[in-house]
Amino acid sequence: MLSYRGREAYWAWLLHRLSGVGVMLFLFLHVLDTSLVLFGPEAYEMFVFLYRAPLFRVLEVGLAAAVLFHGLNGVRIIVIDFVADAAPLQRPLMYATWTAFLVLFLPAAFLMLRPVFFPTLGLLR
Amino acid sequence: MSAAAPASPAHPRRAIRPVGSRLELWSWYYFRVSGVLLLLLAFGHMAIMHIINNVDAIDYRFVAERWRTVGWRVYDWLLLFLALTHGQNGLRIIIDDYLHRPPWRAAAHTANWLLLVLFLLLGTVTIVTFQPPPPR
Repeated sequence: MLSYRGREAYWAWLLHRLSGVGVMLFLFLHVLDTSLVLFGPEAYEMFVFLYRAPLFRVLEVGLAAAVLFHGLNGVRIIVIDFVADAAPLQRPLMYATWTAFLVLFLPAAFLMLRPVFFPTLGLLR
Repeated sequence: MSAAAPASPAHPRRAIRPVGSRLELWSWYYFRVSGVLLLLLAFGHMAIMHIINNVDAIDYRFVAERWRTVGWRVYDWLLLFLALTHGQNGLRIIIDDYLHRPPWRAAAHTANWLLLVLFLLLGTVTIVTFQPPPPR
């Protein structure tokens, strides 16, 4: 246990837990906001209006990071579980997970924040 | 986890299928099966709703147009069901890990199951009973 805590896999474990709880909390909110469609356009858009605020657009990127990390780290866990003698693969798998995360997250974050903070950047119009 | 087989001391992270408890074994497999399905459904949902479209485009009409197609209702319901059950299972493990006093554990586990039932019901009612207005 002493050799485990503080190492890469420990941080991945902790982040998996935190991202899972974070996504779950948002999921509860999201089920509630979506249920407002049953009460008509005004009720629904009153809430979605909040999500359009710049603060929420940044939190939305945090949500994307949490979902992305949780999913990719889940793949890493599944590979370790089902590949016989995966022990020598632990380190390369960890690097692969974080590489995949950055490769997917950075462009996603850019595409998500562009309409809010720099609407014309990278677009030829 | 006391029920697990001994891990190699050199590689303590190596996960081991739980043995001894049928519920924990099912839970272990459920995380992985639902996780793989969620990888497709949740990443797809994020790409469609947060990158290809975004909250500037998503309004009541967007939802109404989308849910005219039964396939999207099925997609969204599967995502709802898998995400809620996968997440509830995760919260169950977290409660087991951090709450030790029996009354708190029991209360937390009960609340966790109630939340699952409540939100699954609300989400299902929303997806199934929503009536889009006639197309303009």
